[in-house]
Amino acid sequence: MPNVTLMIATRKGAWLFHGDQTRRSWRTGGPHFLGHEINHVVLDPRDGRTMVAAGKTGHLGPTLFRSTDRGATWKEAARPPAFSKQEGGRSVDHTFWLTPGHRDDPGAWYAGTSPQGLFRSEDGGDSWAPVSGFNDRPGASKAAGGSQDGTPDGPKLHSILVDPRDRRHLYLGMSGGGVHESTDEGATWRPLIQGLEVVGGLDPANIAFHDPHCIRLCPSQPDRLYQQNHCGIYRLDRPSEQWVRVGKAMPAEVGDIGFPMVVHPHDADRAWVFPMDGTDVWPRTCPGGTPAVYATRDGGDSWQRQSAGFPAGQVWWTVKRQSMTADRADTVGLYFGTTSGEVWASVDEGESWDCIVRHLPEIYAVEAATA
Amino acid sequence: MRVMVPSALRSYTGAGEVDAEGDTLAALLDDLDRRYPGVRFRIVDEQDRIRRHIRFFVNGEQRFDLTLSVGPDDEIFIVQALSGG
Repeated sequence: MPNVTLMIATRKGAWLFHGDQTRRSWRTGGPHFLGHEINHVVLDPRDGRTMVAAGKTGHLGPTLFRSTDRGATWKEAARPPAFSKQEGGRSVDHTFWLTPGHRDDPGAWYAGTSPQGLFRSEDGGDSWAPVSGFNDRPGASKAAGGSQDGTPDGPKLHSILVDPRDRRHLYLGMSGGGVHESTDEGATWRPLIQGLEVVGGLDPANIAFHDPHCIRLCPSQPDRLYQQNHCGIYRLDRPSEQWVRVGKAMPAEVGDIGFPMVVHPHDADRAWVFPMDGTDVWPRTCPGGTPAVYATRDGGDSWQRQSAGFPAGQVWWTVKRQSMTADRADTVGLYFGTTSGEVWASVDEGESWDCIVRHLPEIYAVEAATA
Repeated sequence: MRVMVPSALRSYTGAGEVDAEGDTLAALLDDLDRRYPGVRFRIVDEQDRIRRHIRFFVNGEQRFDLTLSVGPDDEIFIVQALSGG
């Protein structure tokens, strides 16, 4: 059984939890960057030792931190993501998402920011440059809902996906602006929104109305993507460009609204979601105060409730889009962090759950590195 | 000139009071960044706008213009304007 390290990003710092062979006992590392808002901590699977963390504080500008010894020591990036300087130009509020590049593109990383911008590093995350092909593409401002690009908590560029078969083939999601695809390593982009629904009464042809929450590509079948969207759960099998709302098979009383989306590392028919209450004023809490993961084994045609180990009721936390993940063990371990600072884990692919960490700050992201 | 830096920036400067040179606030920040790499971007964004929760005081008076002229006898306070929780 491999060793798993969990990288937990929170509103007040980052923690690393190192699991033993059973994945039931965890050694705590941290806090790192105490007091910083950390949106994402990611290990580079290509070398197994470079980590990048995206942070800011409440009063200072954003930055990135790098480690080349798997989180033992950290150093600030020499040139964090920043937009090009121009009259009335945008400024990065925070880096939200980090993705290591293709295995044949050593040192490459991608970052997504708020306001929504795409950035690339070619030196392991030390210096970053805007991806002009995306940030300055025709219609960029319109796709983002205008120059202000501003939902109240800041729109996020997220879910940057690199096709493991082709370093030139990229996907990304904009929380205000839809799904986009590039086949020339980011030089040009086109929308990928057919079949996606938008809030009732709005025009789905207007990309500014599209709100993907989390998009995942199946490592075992890279032509298959799953998406948790503001308006449902979807699957896409390329080369088709038509997303299919597989969330319609979810129980009606639970619905198919949520933030995270997790795919099985070895079986593209299997995926997990964590639904939230998306009714009336959008509480975004566990539906009915009863937490449950939902799993599919048939590509989303049916969904099974997985709640063994969770409290029976009066639970009002939720799980953000980056806060649920899987390891790569043969029997997959699942992990999620809550807005109330708990980390829950399953070593049997969601059949049963244990709370392995309590009392952290609000959790923004959970990633699992499998050694 | 003397520059007082807030606790949030002392991971860069190592001290609450440092020396820096420049004939404007902008030039002073450039000098600080040469001495303490990375510190400028935490204070001023890529469009040269002072970040939302940062304030400058020159000889006790709040200043908002980075082109403001300063001299060796001026005392500069960089302050973090705390908010939230």
